[in-house]
Amino acid sequence: MALTNEYIKQRLTEKFGDSIQNFQEPYGMLTFEAPKELNLKVLQFLFDEDALAFRFMTDLQAVHYPDNKGRELAVVYHLHSLTENVRIRFKVFTDIQTPDVFSATALFSAANWMERETYDFYGVNFIGHPNLKRILNVDEMDYFPMRKEFPLEEQTRVDKDDDMFGR
Amino acid sequence: MSDHHIKLPEGSIEKQTTTLNLGPTHPATHGVFQNILELDGERIISAEQTVGYIHRAFEKIAERRPLYQITPLTDRLNYCSAPINNMGWHLTCEKLLGVKTPKRVDYLRIIIMELARISDHLICNSIVGVDTGAYTGFLYVMQYRELIYEIYEEICGSRLTTNIGRIGGFERNFTNTAFEKIEKFLKEYPKVLQEFENLFTRNRIFMERTIGCGPISAERALNYGFTGPNLRAAGVDYDVRVHTPYSSYEEFDFEIPVGSTGDCYDRYLVRNQEMWQSLRIIEQAMRKLSQFKGKEAEVFHADVPEYYLPEKKDVYTKMEALIWHFKIIMGEIDMPAGEVYQSVEGGNGELGFYLITDGGRTPYRLHFRRPCFIYYQAYEELTKGSMLSDAIIVMSSLNLIAGEMDA
Repeated sequence: MALTNEYIKQRLTEKFGDSIQNFQEPYGMLTFEAPKELNLKVLQFLFDEDALAFRFMTDLQAVHYPDNKGRELAVVYHLHSLTENVRIRFKVFTDIQTPDVFSATALFSAANWMERETYDFYGVNFIGHPNLKRILNVDEMDYFPMRKEFPLEEQTRVDKDDDMFGR
Repeated sequence: MSDHHIKLPEGSIEKQTTTLNLGPTHPATHGVFQNILELDGERIISAEQTVGYIHRAFEKIAERRPLYQITPLTDRLNYCSAPINNMGWHLTCEKLLGVKTPKRVDYLRIIIMELARISDHLICNSIVGVDTGAYTGFLYVMQYRELIYEIYEEICGSRLTTNIGRIGGFERNFTNTAFEKIEKFLKEYPKVLQEFENLFTRNRIFMERTIGCGPISAERALNYGFTGPNLRAAGVDYDVRVHTPYSSYEEFDFEIPVGSTGDCYDRYLVRNQEMWQSLRIIEQAMRKLSQFKGKEAEVFHADVPEYYLPEKKDVYTKMEALIWHFKIIMGEIDMPAGEVYQSVEGGNGELGFYLITDGGRTPYRLHFRRPCFIYYQAYEELTKGSMLSDAIIVMSSLNLIAGEMDA
């Protein structure tokens, strides 16, 4: 039996009830979100169930939505069920004051560096990570550069002022 | 403890082990990254990797650029197979925008991508040769990578960072010279690859150095997020070209080579076998291309005026063309809001693009899934307990590209 998005949705709703919300299928990939306390439980469930078997972590990253009060940071997991060849996307939202999310390193060794990268650029604090420190930026850096409050170009520069195109 | 060891005085703070910095600019790392190795004699007891020396903030830069200006950023990820990255990015944009490319464009893209795969694997395998002490193979195949670069040059004008193709197709049609060069490559390369294999595959020294060196089980490899030749060498037949076909790969007949132990020798064999398969794919694509006749044989891009630059002579004579030209160049085209993940089989694994747009002119968020960043974490597990010289072979046979790792 081919693994369909409908079936995954049904299994998740059976197990977690209303906590899993916002099911969407942008460009065919099942996308849903869960409360951040449940992220490991959901990942574990998707990993353990033989019918689902999402045992390959393709990608992990964060997105910053500054206008989304109380849920500014989204941690996005891309999982792949290699036996059925189905991909899903799973999101966890957290507020920016206490960006604590449980680490998935115990389940996926691949998550180690991806979580470090996410911490490095967005400051998501992965609880239970064995070695949560900066990876691509210098250790002395005291901000999280991919957050939207840091514009690409320094705003105080005057030499790049361009009235015509508003850069 | 034998008498050969230095006896340290009681309460000494000296260590019995040696710390060795391999990198960031060590000639054997083939790129700028650092390994801090803890050695007991010549045996590795732990390894800590430091990456990020050439981090260029591509994801941040991409948030300020219209789609077509992001293509040159993707060149600089895995610069050994830049065209694959370019095509991956175009496919992502096309998926977001709902652009359907003509069949001929798909086949042309496949030719370019497979040539890039050959050049990538060629470098990787010959570098493994260099690190095991065989310089000849490297120097010998380098002239055939040159042939591939000449083909790129004929098509897009540049060699290493190609910026090849546009959203919807190619910037210009392949010239006859380009096709001649591809034919020449197809004719000459099999002999060279055969000779390269004769030099290495059953070479006693090479086998002694690589068999059993840096092995990984299929289960661990999957857990570590391995993809590409490194995963296939461990025995998992996962290939994006087959599992999530893009650019009409489903019409092509080729095999996925797999290994069994996931050691350096298997990785070498898988890469070599993939080069043969790539040649097969290119031959099939050339045959398919020759079936296009008349007007169809001139198609090299989809009809998407919003994203594909009009011809220069039209810009000077037609108002429509001038408008589109201006809008595209100034980045004034609004994109549909959406969320796309598209991946391609890159030179060293699944290269993914996760693009979020909010309806503006630039991406809201763009994330590159860079295969070698993800599998480099396994380096400590692969090298623990082995000799220092093995660690270097493992590094080169994993095909680590600093540009891709650091994005």
